[in-house]
Amino acid sequence: MGEIDLALVNWSRAQFALTAMYHWLFVPLTLGLSFLCAFYETIYVKTGNEEWKHLTRFWMTLFGINFAIGVATGIILEFEFGTNWSNYSWMVGDIFGAPLAIEGIVAFFLEATFFAVMFFGWDRVSKGFHLFSTWMVAIGSNLSALWILVANGWMQYPIGMAFNPDSARFEMQNFWEVLFSPVAIAKFTHTTSTSFLVAVMFVFAVSSYYLIKRKHVEMAKRSILVASVFGLISFFYAGLTGDESAFNNARIQPMKLAAYEGLFEGSRGADLVAFGIMNPNKTVGDGQDPFLFEIAIPKGLSLLGKRQFDAFIPGIYDLVNGNEEENIVGYDQKIERGKQAIADLLAYKDAQKAGDSAAAETSLAQFKQNQDYLGFGYLEKPEDGVPPVQMSYYSFHIMVYLAVFFGLICVAYLFYGIKDTIEEKRWLLPFGVLSFFLAMIASQSGWVVAEVGRQPWAIQNMLPVGVATSNLSVGNVMTTFWMFAILFTLLLLAEIKIMLNQIKKGPEGA
Amino acid sequence: MASYPVKIFRFYRDGFKSMTVGKTLWKIIFVKLFIMFAVLKIFFFPDFLSTNFSTDEQRADYVIEQITAPAQNRN
Repeated sequence: MGEIDLALVNWSRAQFALTAMYHWLFVPLTLGLSFLCAFYETIYVKTGNEEWKHLTRFWMTLFGINFAIGVATGIILEFEFGTNWSNYSWMVGDIFGAPLAIEGIVAFFLEATFFAVMFFGWDRVSKGFHLFSTWMVAIGSNLSALWILVANGWMQYPIGMAFNPDSARFEMQNFWEVLFSPVAIAKFTHTTSTSFLVAVMFVFAVSSYYLIKRKHVEMAKRSILVASVFGLISFFYAGLTGDESAFNNARIQPMKLAAYEGLFEGSRGADLVAFGIMNPNKTVGDGQDPFLFEIAIPKGLSLLGKRQFDAFIPGIYDLVNGNEEENIVGYDQKIERGKQAIADLLAYKDAQKAGDSAAAETSLAQFKQNQDYLGFGYLEKPEDGVPPVQMSYYSFHIMVYLAVFFGLICVAYLFYGIKDTIEEKRWLLPFGVLSFFLAMIASQSGWVVAEVGRQPWAIQNMLPVGVATSNLSVGNVMTTFWMFAILFTLLLLAEIKIMLNQIKKGPEGA
Repeated sequence: MASYPVKIFRFYRDGFKSMTVGKTLWKIIFVKLFIMFAVLKIFFFPDFLSTNFSTDEQRADYVIEQITAPAQNRN
């Protein structure tokens, strides 16, 4: 491979980020709105009140529009794996094969089968079977997400596998370890609970618009009441699972935690920056203060990361340079061991080709001693292992501030919803309309934290993105980048247009 | 009394016939799938290793070569 074309790597990164972010515009609404439809329909079946049926059909139509526009947008990511990221794709094929195959089967049988009943089955199947189908669509959609997030979780915490130097593949040793990886579980629960919040904010936005316009008032109030309960539960659950994610980061991806907290120098009883403006000129090792201004919660980060007030949280310097006192090996030593692993792997292959089995065995044994540091061998200098700090920091804090806003608006909507005075709170309703757009920003920011914060790794500590790419021309990747940008923008515009038309028609158009 | 396959066929047929906004959505889905699979996949996104190598052994050798070659500017 020799010298890597950084332009190629960055365009490939940009293309993957573009398609993943566009794909993620559709997914959270599908995950959350499917459950809201199930809740609304359950109330209809329990009460027999036709108003709830109209309400359910209205939200189901919006769910259908979002699903139809968004469906298969994720497949483009799989195209990119095979073309732009062929080294990576080859190396993880054995790990990802099982989860993605299960995802396909679950998606096909649970979603496709019951989707038709959900939309075509009103008045044609029994109420109970229709409700069952709606629940199956909700559960199926969310189970599909599970398998994708298990695959993503494995990239962040590659366990339950062994690297095979003959096939150049990470091979699965323990499926259950991969499935129940703490990172995968936290990722699934946090992603789904925050997606529920996105859908709740969507219901708030549309319903608030109706209340402002004094149209479909009863439907809007009913929708808000159920959504605010679901939103509040999801808010607390998202908080718990977010805390679990930070706890995992401290243990498994400490560099990511240090980056999104803007922590350069670690300490015992580390403070949590509640609000801060980062120094834009700060670079690793320049001695400048990372913050121009900050308000910190004393010992908050130690509590968040290790669940102890006086625990040591390593900063970027500790991880890059090492910290003997805290028993942290620096990146310089890891790079040395990684380079040794690469050299031993090369010696193993050369010995095999020469038919020298004794030398091959020796080289393989030496490779195994350092294979956990393989990825570090591709870094030129320790600083190359530091992700973009400011982007991680701001994305994380934007996500957290918006999450607090979502909690507050759920409480306010629930409170005034129960008092049945929400349509009189004219000052509150514009916030409800705004909430959906903020939820989209928060949801995207969450993924930026998760993915930018783990750079430079495609597979944590094992494979940096620069080595994961294919040898393609930059022009090809740039061309397809712009094609995707146009295609996805058209799809988004189509969704917005059809969705707005349907919202204007209201429940009568469902 | 119609058999189950006939009932299922009628269920889908009548469902598709009675669609309103759904017809537009299906058109979008078909155009999207056509662009993705008949244009993008075929002309712009060939599987790199499948296209350039004929056996898994060759693919493995190529990837090993890629990850063991001297590295510069890798991140």
